[in-house]
Amino acid sequence: MQFMLLFSRQGKLRLQKWYVPLSDKEKKKITRELVQTVLARKPKMCSFLEWRDLKIVYKRYASLYFCCAIEDQDNELITLEIIHRYVELLDKYFGSVCELDIIFNFEKAYFILDEFLLGGEVQETSKKNVLKAIEQADLLQEDAK
Amino acid sequence: MPAPIRLRELIRTIRTARTQAEEREMIQKECAAIRSSFREEDNTYRCRNVAKLLYMHMLGYPAHFGQLECLKLIASQKFTDKRIGYLGAMLLLDERQDVHLLMTNCIKNDLNHSTQFVQGLALCTLGCMGSSEMCRDLAGEVEKLLKTSNSYLRKKAALCAVHVIRKVPELMEMFLPATKNLLNEKNHGVLHTSVVLLTEMCERSPDMLAHFRKLVPQLVRILKNLIMSGYSPEHDVSGISDPFLQVRILRLLRILGRNDDDSSEAMNDILAQVATNTETSKNVGNAILYETVLTIMDIKSESGLRVLAINILGRFLLNNDKNIRYVALTSLLKTVQTDHNAVQRHRSTIVDCLKDLDVSIKRRAMELSFALVNGNNIRGMMKELLYFLDSCEPEFKADCASGIFLAAEKYAPSKRWHIDTIMRVLTTAGSYVRDDAVPNLIQLITNSVEIHAYTVQRLYKAILGDYSQQPLVQVAAWCIGEYGDLLISGQCEEEEPIQVTEDEVLDILESVLISNMSTSVTRGYALTAIMKLSTRFTCTVNRIKKVVSIYGSSIDVELQQRAVEYNALFKKYDHMRSALLERMPVMEKVTTNGPTEIVQTNGETEPAPLETKPPPSGPQPTSQANDLLDLLGGNDMTPVIPTAPTSKPASAGGELLDLLGDISLTGMFPVGAPAAAPAPASVPQISQPPFLLDGLSSQPLFNDITSGIPSITAYSKNGLKIEFTFERSNTNPSVTVITIQASNSTELDMTDFVFQAAVPKTFQLQLLSPSSSIVPAFNTGTITQVIKVLNPQKQQLRMRIKLTYNHKGSAMQDLAEVNNFPPQSWQ
Repeated sequence: MQFMLLFSRQGKLRLQKWYVPLSDKEKKKITRELVQTVLARKPKMCSFLEWRDLKIVYKRYASLYFCCAIEDQDNELITLEIIHRYVELLDKYFGSVCELDIIFNFEKAYFILDEFLLGGEVQETSKKNVLKAIEQADLLQEDAK
Repeated sequence: MPAPIRLRELIRTIRTARTQAEEREMIQKECAAIRSSFREEDNTYRCRNVAKLLYMHMLGYPAHFGQLECLKLIASQKFTDKRIGYLGAMLLLDERQDVHLLMTNCIKNDLNHSTQFVQGLALCTLGCMGSSEMCRDLAGEVEKLLKTSNSYLRKKAALCAVHVIRKVPELMEMFLPATKNLLNEKNHGVLHTSVVLLTEMCERSPDMLAHFRKLVPQLVRILKNLIMSGYSPEHDVSGISDPFLQVRILRLLRILGRNDDDSSEAMNDILAQVATNTETSKNVGNAILYETVLTIMDIKSESGLRVLAINILGRFLLNNDKNIRYVALTSLLKTVQTDHNAVQRHRSTIVDCLKDLDVSIKRRAMELSFALVNGNNIRGMMKELLYFLDSCEPEFKADCASGIFLAAEKYAPSKRWHIDTIMRVLTTAGSYVRDDAVPNLIQLITNSVEIHAYTVQRLYKAILGDYSQQPLVQVAAWCIGEYGDLLISGQCEEEEPIQVTEDEVLDILESVLISNMSTSVTRGYALTAIMKLSTRFTCTVNRIKKVVSIYGSSIDVELQQRAVEYNALFKKYDHMRSALLERMPVMEKVTTNGPTEIVQTNGETEPAPLETKPPPSGPQPTSQANDLLDLLGGNDMTPVIPTAPTSKPASAGGELLDLLGDISLTGMFPVGAPAAAPAPASVPQISQPPFLLDGLSSQPLFNDITSGIPSITAYSKNGLKIEFTFERSNTNPSVTVITIQASNSTELDMTDFVFQAAVPKTFQLQLLSPSSSIVPAFNTGTITQVIKVLNPQKQQLRMRIKLTYNHKGSAMQDLAEVNNFPPQSWQ
């Protein structure tokens, strides 16, 4: 995976995780263009599109779009599962997650993502283990206070 | 100074802003406060401030002044600080700035920290955005952690190693020992990341690939356990056990089994098992099936398995889920060349996908449809494709039109069908066809002698209603000019003849001339057509004279020149007029499936092949023809441009006949002024048909003294391959003739292809016109071009080439040096 973006239906960015080195300017440009492209898609269209030389996989959950850019040899269908797994993790952590949770607790959303993916690849396939790690790290944070 | 506000409060405040300006004001205020807080080196609130900064950064505001603060947080001992610090580093720092290197030491320390979560943070950050320098410095630490028994750290270390290898491939070797027992792990996280690491290593190094082939049995076993094992709540997704791991194992198996019979055989059973047993009701099952199909098609699997795979794809095509249909079409496109018959069975489903609402699906269905067209299904397929052309989005029309032309040319059951099809394309998508369609169609029409009347009648009717589509109008104008006599004679065998008067014909041509929609090129066609009719029509010659003289003062230089010359024809050279405007000879056409073999003569003159090949002919600018002869240097050469075989008027002098020969082969625009007038500048210098070059090489003009010079692959990148074949001139040993052939193995055509070459100063180079500007996909055709190199000093041949073309919607350009010329080509 090269990057993952979360954005609202109005095009506001809620999370951006980049696994390739790009300048801030390039990231902004890519984000702007991609958000526009995805938001322009009609509901009946499929979740995949070609964009530049990447494959884009996106899925909408309530008011948030989850959008991943994968490479040619990556499996689009399993990427949909990866997105779904991430949503499940957020849901379990926040308890019925909604966009506001991610807005107000964006740093936690990042922490959870970083326990699930690393360098663009899945690091843990067990939901339980990811959540356990986050829980323990949170405790550590509490203790340190 | 009061405590800085909390993160959540800031977020809440900013969200109350009603306008962009209001938000900006709040942000600026807060940034100022954060800045002063940073200046005070306040440790307590640094974490909070950086977190706020990260929020504002996500909104799009600059936050670079927080970079050093992130580093300070990372260096702190508090876990909270480190967490935010590393997050900030990943978001704000990037490897282009030297600042990021300051992290290296901190990360090194944290990799050895006593708390695994701190180590985890360090591994994560390094694996996400570590630069090459950082990776070099810290690879050793990562390697150490790869061997730890702590699975939490081991899995992260594995992915971190993947990143290190991607950044610094030379370091791959050092991770090899640590991979020894990776697959013995029970922990799925470690297993998954290990498989990713092994995949990365195998993809990058053939040695590693060979080394890891021995893991195939173990991988097969792991996969088998996943499928056969009972319900495992920890890894279950809709009844399937750890699909993520299954997919990665299948992918690794693909790489290991590729081109290796033994490995492929070892995995045959498990692949069949996965293919038949996986539950397909949900996306997750289909994801695994998809990966399985990709693996089956890529390894050396037995035919039964391959058919199974294609059938799975066929079933995918019928799935309601359009995502599944999409991947099916993509996969079929990859396999259509190798397993053509199997894919043919699903043709009707594929054609149905042309009607899908989704643009991506339509495009793939279109590409696949073209790949499946053959002599048997051409009529049916063309109906569907023409219907598709009618209704598809504009972005498809050009590709679709080109595809239809190509298919029609290869498999047309009859000439009339061919012309009808092309006409249909011109009328429905006329403005989207590529430039070379016009001369190709004209050529096709001249060759279909028996239906000239039918053709001109249809074309006339087509532009009567609408003359806005330029390619259509150009072809129609040309035909009317050529065959106007047939049009007004009211003879047509194929369909009901229409009654047209000479004036009506001139009306339409004049309308084209006057219309704002007509381009300069189209106007040129129309004017010339009108001129030609002066010898074919009887009652309206005066009208034609008038039109021609009016345009003698046209603002358009091209039109003006023509009109003036035509005027001259009427006035001073009237006796030549009928000869000059004679009917065009039939042009022999070689199929545009790439030129026929560029013959490398091997030391003998071969008159026989010359006779059996079709007499090469075709448009060639006269100036280049002359240069060609000059370069050949030999006056004993037969002229390269053969005279056309059909009848010529016996009028005028001998030199006029020669000129005529040249002119008629130059194509559409007989130049009025005799002798030295160069071909008019506006002759569309579009794709030159290949046969002239064929003619060049198949004639025994070059006698290779030695046995054939080996050809070389001069360039091979991104699916574009260019091969050079060589011939030496018997009579002029300093001349080397290089014929280049460009082919394209990707799935999409390369258009507007331009080949340029440069040689060192002691050489002279002449580049002749290429056969076309499109390199068709899937190696279905090539572009040929001839280069003549003069090397009087017999120096070693070197060449720099520049390639420009359009591919997949973007402009591509590449420079390359060709240094591997065989010595026989220049010695």
